[in-house]
Amino acid sequence: MIDWNPLILTFKLALVTTIILFLIAIPIAYWLSVSKSKIKPIIETIISMPLVLPPTVIGFYLLLVFSPTNSFSIWLKETFDLQFVFSFEGLVLGSIIYSFPFMVHPIQSGFKTIPNSIIEAAYLLKKSKLETLLKVQLPFMKASLLTGIVLTFAHTIGEFGVVLMIGGNIPNQTKVASIMIYDEVEALQYDVANLYSIILFAITFVILLFVYIMNGKYSNKIVG
Amino acid sequence: MIQIDIQKRLGSEVQDIFLDINIEFAEEEFVVLYGKSGVGKTSILRMIAGLLKPDSGTIEIKNEKWFSSKGKINLKPQSRKVGMVFQDFALFPNMTVLENLKFALPKKSSSEIIEELVSLMEIKPFLNNYPNTLSGGQKQRVALARALVQKPEILLLDEPLSALDHEMRRKLQNYLQEIHRKYKLTTILVSHDVSEIVRLATKVFTLENGKVVKSGKPIEIFSNTKLSGKFQFVGEILEVQKQSFILIYTILVGNEIVKVFSENSEENIQVGDKVIVATKAFHPLIKKIG
Repeated sequence: MIDWNPLILTFKLALVTTIILFLIAIPIAYWLSVSKSKIKPIIETIISMPLVLPPTVIGFYLLLVFSPTNSFSIWLKETFDLQFVFSFEGLVLGSIIYSFPFMVHPIQSGFKTIPNSIIEAAYLLKKSKLETLLKVQLPFMKASLLTGIVLTFAHTIGEFGVVLMIGGNIPNQTKVASIMIYDEVEALQYDVANLYSIILFAITFVILLFVYIMNGKYSNKIVG
Repeated sequence: MIQIDIQKRLGSEVQDIFLDINIEFAEEEFVVLYGKSGVGKTSILRMIAGLLKPDSGTIEIKNEKWFSSKGKINLKPQSRKVGMVFQDFALFPNMTVLENLKFALPKKSSSEIIEELVSLMEIKPFLNNYPNTLSGGQKQRVALARALVQKPEILLLDEPLSALDHEMRRKLQNYLQEIHRKYKLTTILVSHDVSEIVRLATKVFTLENGKVVKSGKPIEIFSNTKLSGKFQFVGEILEVQKQSFILIYTILVGNEIVKVFSENSEENIQVGDKVIVATKAFHPLIKKIG
């Protein structure tokens, strides 16, 4: 009988990561799109680092920072009952950092596509910056938001290195599908690995296809 | 009284302009800022709206200071009672026409004004359409209506008609006139179309190199001498023909093409020039029609 747990865990991780990252990325992308600050290039560089760094590097440093023996981790454990190493929370944190550019970049460029006059028109209609953001800017860039969400979701499903480093390989807690497949291949269980791979392939294909179809319809409506 | 006394250095890729404007006019006037593109007309509107900060000076609208560099006053765009129509209309693409208008409506206020503007601007047939399905003229009317929903104290129009064809322009000029008459709204229009200005404006300020070089009634601005008992119209030269010692100008006036004969060849008039044609009214034909 097939063990569904790694697959469920994978999608749970992707979902939680995507939701949290979506909420964090909007204010950051907004700031990046309007800021003329001198430290902006530094922030942009840091956000883009996961694109080029091997995931194992991120995982390694996360392991060091959240090592259960250091005082910061002890404080976290005592105050919030949070432990980031070898736990689901740790997987979420690692995934958020690893997928950061995949959410921030599309949203940031989405902000840049909005004509200035539209934002100014909203201000002149006595709308606050927040109201303009929620009712004019974000709806304008739905396609970019969707791209960010899908890329993050798909990227988190495909994650391996960070998850392995910080999560370990604990069944039902941190053993996601990608690691499961690796395990089965190592154990020469090609049939099982193949089954998981096909399921993962099919599900992600359907999700992406659905999104691209929706996206096409939406941009037709806006552009005409 | 509207008083605008502002200075601003504008840097563009082509050249630096020092904008130094000191104008004042009465409420309810229809004021036109006239001049070549790049002299800072749009910047003046943006400074009045609070979208661009002047380097120094004051902006006072109906005895209320909107900007004063000495008094350290600079009202946010949200606090200025101003309606603005942008060159690109700036309609919200994710909202229907009606939603665009409702978005402009202040909370807890009656939607009567929307109904009134919808009928005045004849927007009803496409009320539930999205902006991208509208023609330029329709978008323009929606943008104008949206700017009026909040009953602003001053209406700013940034070349709103420049993207439209001739007939549509004419129609929209009528809407603008109608609105100005009905709401007695102080209006500032940026334009470089002489016939439009002559039709709409009660006062014109001509700008050159960031300064006001001429001001007055449109007729005073666009004709050099003050004649009485004359006809005059403004048009655009379509063709200049020379036949022995006279010149035949083909001129587009409004929707009509007229041929004008002139012996005067001193002025260097070329195709595309905006001109005033004036003649004394000696033997006009006056007939009753209809």
